Amino acid sequence: MTSRRDFLKTAAIGAVAAAGTARIARADTLLNPWSTSTGDPMANEVALAAIQAAKDAGASYSDARVGRYRRQFVAAREHQITGVSDSESFGIGVRALVNGAWGFAATRDVSREGAVRVAQQAVKVARAAKAVTHTPVVLAPTPAVTGSWRTPVQQDPIDVPIEDKVALLLAANEAALKVPGVRFANSGLALLREEKTLATTDGTLITQTFVRVGPSFTVTAIGDGDFQSYTEEMAPRGSGWEYVTSLDMVGNAPRWAAIAAEKLTAKSVDVGRYDLILDPTNLWLTIHESVGHATELDRARGYEADYAGTTFVAPPEKMLGKLKYGSRLMNIQADRTQKDSLSRCAWDDEGVAADSWLLIKDGVFHDYQTVRDQAPAIAPLNGVNHSHGCSFADSWDSVQFQRMPNVSLLPGEHDTTIDDIIADTDNGVVIKNRGSWSIDQQRYNFQFSGQAFYEVKKGKITGMLKDVAYQARTPDFWSSMDMIGGKRSYWMGGTFTDGKGQPSQSSSVSHGCVPARFRQVNIINTARNV
Amino acid sequence: MASPMMTRDAMQQLSTRILAMNTADEMRVNITSGASGNTRFAAGDITTSGDVEDTVISITSTVGGRRASSTTNLMDDASLKRAVETAERLARLSPVDPELVPELGPQQYQTINANNADVSNLDAGARAQAVEQLIAAARAPGGAMPIDPASLFVAGFLDASSAARGIATSKGLFAYHASTDVSLSCTARTPDGTGSGYAAAGGRAWTTVDPAGLGRRAAQKALASRNPVAIEPGRYTVILEPRAVADFVPLLMGSFNARSADEGRSPFSRKGGGTRLGEKIADERVTLLSDPFDPDLLGQPFDNDGLPLKRVVWIENGVLRNLAYSRFWAAKKGVEPNSGGGGGGGGGFGRNPAGLKLTGGTRSVDELIAGTSRGVLVTHFFYIRSLDPRTVQLTGLTRDGTFLIENGRITRSIKNFRWNDSPLLSLARLADIGKAEPVESGVVMPALKINDFTFSSLSDAV
Repeated sequence: MTSRRDFLKTAAIGAVAAAGTARIARADTLLNPWSTSTGDPMANEVALAAIQAAKDAGASYSDARVGRYRRQFVAAREHQITGVSDSESFGIGVRALVNGAWGFAATRDVSREGAVRVAQQAVKVARAAKAVTHTPVVLAPTPAVTGSWRTPVQQDPIDVPIEDKVALLLAANEAALKVPGVRFANSGLALLREEKTLATTDGTLITQTFVRVGPSFTVTAIGDGDFQSYTEEMAPRGSGWEYVTSLDMVGNAPRWAAIAAEKLTAKSVDVGRYDLILDPTNLWLTIHESVGHATELDRARGYEADYAGTTFVAPPEKMLGKLKYGSRLMNIQADRTQKDSLSRCAWDDEGVAADSWLLIKDGVFHDYQTVRDQAPAIAPLNGVNHSHGCSFADSWDSVQFQRMPNVSLLPGEHDTTIDDIIADTDNGVVIKNRGSWSIDQQRYNFQFSGQAFYEVKKGKITGMLKDVAYQARTPDFWSSMDMIGGKRSYWMGGTFTDGKGQPSQSSSVSHGCVPARFRQVNIINTARNV
Repeated sequence: MASPMMTRDAMQQLSTRILAMNTADEMRVNITSGASGNTRFAAGDITTSGDVEDTVISITSTVGGRRASSTTNLMDDASLKRAVETAERLARLSPVDPELVPELGPQQYQTINANNADVSNLDAGARAQAVEQLIAAARAPGGAMPIDPASLFVAGFLDASSAARGIATSKGLFAYHASTDVSLSCTARTPDGTGSGYAAAGGRAWTTVDPAGLGRRAAQKALASRNPVAIEPGRYTVILEPRAVADFVPLLMGSFNARSADEGRSPFSRKGGGTRLGEKIADERVTLLSDPFDPDLLGQPFDNDGLPLKRVVWIENGVLRNLAYSRFWAAKKGVEPNSGGGGGGGGGFGRNPAGLKLTGGTRSVDELIAGTSRGVLVTHFFYIRSLDPRTVQLTGLTRDGTFLIENGRITRSIKNFRWNDSPLLSLARLADIGKAEPVESGVVMPALKINDFTFSSLSDAV
């Protein structure tokens, strides 16, 4: 499903730059997210010119996004650096609604002339689409807003000297390679700063700056005709460099490396049904796939049918407030407000304020994720007349559409820990970190693996397992959840690369959760002899 | 689109301008310039449509055995200079790279004509017209239809792009290649939600795509797949249509990395050291190759470093013939490099710039079905992920048209399955091979009949 356009985007991801434009901000500015000023005057002027041109050309609504995306990557294997790159991508994308049909156009030419030209192109595209648009688009109302917001950070990761980044990765690899049996170590850093200005014909003019950091670490141990890897679950976050240093990669590397070496002698799992104890480092992705994507309204309406798929949570009139999704312990929150989370923002790409609401309440399906042109379709059913603010585009050259906010499993009432759950389990398997993951196009049948697996017998961990994956059907799985952790055991995982849409777009999203137990889940053995 | 991709002359001028800013030992400039237009539709309506243009310039600088890169899409002198300075600064700050290979000097490239005006001219109006034709064909009455075809839900995506790629080095290399790429896919679903059908096509030219034909095929599959019955998971003979094979077999390519094989972490590592080159790893009817000059593939004549790409036969009549050598690993092993600097066999997802072809036999899918007493016909796959790199064991699901074959014909629609199997092991269990056909730009695959394919569980998804 990779297209030439993906290739162009990938090429852009190799990018850098702009030492000259990097703003050195004082720490107090970095920690204060809100401002009433509206950012870069040039970006404002160009965005406003674009929406005016769209209006003049006949658009009933238009929005323009000027985006500057700064990304830096550093990668290391063993004792060497395999890549250092820094990229910058700058451009404007304009969306126009004409006679109830959408058009979009984007260019790297961020000038007044470029903006006008691309706005007129968006109107032309919308007029062409009108011929095959029989149901006119209706937008949920949203108040006009002005101001700016930035991710609060102590240290902007892009401004940290490259020597510090290189030294950190090489020291972590070095520490891992001292562990017997460990032959390979790969580590990396993905660091992002994105600035977006949005203007809409509804009167909104806002600028947001997002900072995100994504460290990674994988080790491989080689045994007798075997190799085993371990990838630490280093959740990417909407945080500054201080989050990277807090992970103590160098201090922890020997422990992580020892897990890879231990896997070489771990027992291959016996297939069967076990009580599954999922650490938050594993469960976050299961939530993402089996709840996050399943509760997207555009999927329920079939808009993703040709690619990411539809959902079993459809049609809305039979699901809202009716579908039993899981056990009563299951409360799933959607939000764009959690501190340090990847999808945290002040407003989405339609200028809708960040929201927080329940998707699943006491095990029953409660609400969908929505954007402005989808919310009206279910307003008579859920009584919500506004968008939940889930509109997002991964670049200035991508059109915004419904993307997942943070979707998190709320903690239980009791102060339960994973150790309490293990102590209460007779015949189980503990799974940590994400391994392989796959789910069908309606989000029923999933199969997930992990990085470290432990056998539990009569309330105690008795040893390490390998070749483990669990397979289940979403409602059965969530209905089998009978024990969950309390507030203290809450942890937030996430990803930079949640794919959806045509052309495929990638978004960043976090998922908080607590450890949980699922009764009698099917475990398979993934090994196979050549 | 208003601004077409950059010409050879324009790209040469731009790269000369950037190379003049070089103060490092070596510099490489990679430029990608292009425009794309896409139209997405669902429920019979266009839902999004857009035109996009961009030029991305990547600068790779080498200073004293250290290398780094920077990328920008800003083309004024000040921005380009800043990008050059950034690459050089990052390079100076990086440690010495013991695996660094020098940038290449001038190379000879054969021209490949993969650029078609019928794709670059496919504007929003023409795209809307194609979508309209597709939807009309999908919903057209005809034959003995069990339900009114006008009620079918039709969704899909049309994407047309033109891109020019150029590479220049401070050592005199200049490479340029222009290509177009078009794809159209569609999914038809029955209103009761029990049937779904998929069809897709694509290539370098718009003539590779028949919108009405795709609409009819997706609709026919949707109608035929209604009310699927569950059959027990287990090992089945399967017939994978070419689209399903293109989802599956290219995932092998990451395993062809020579370095991983030499390092003992690949299915092509030999126990006790060395690689499995020369060993029989697949059925003798299997020949898998990359060749940018193959008229069915029309790939790119060079890799990211500017290294000319040639025909490479990975598997020949079932025997492992070649692994993918980066320039560094090739020099270390004393062989010719045959792939990009990264060294993979075109990456984990088979996007080899030189294309990928599994040469086939002569039989059509219908003939493969006719020769099958009991088996499962698969339209395409979804959400494939690795389970075990030692055997290229993968998991995934069937989707949008899965049928039971009994006594040489399709007898009923069956529920989708999750499968756990390996393309490598599957190629060793080949029962028959169909006629190879283009599936998308740079990918040619036949239908495959495979014995004992492992369906591990049922999926309720339609």
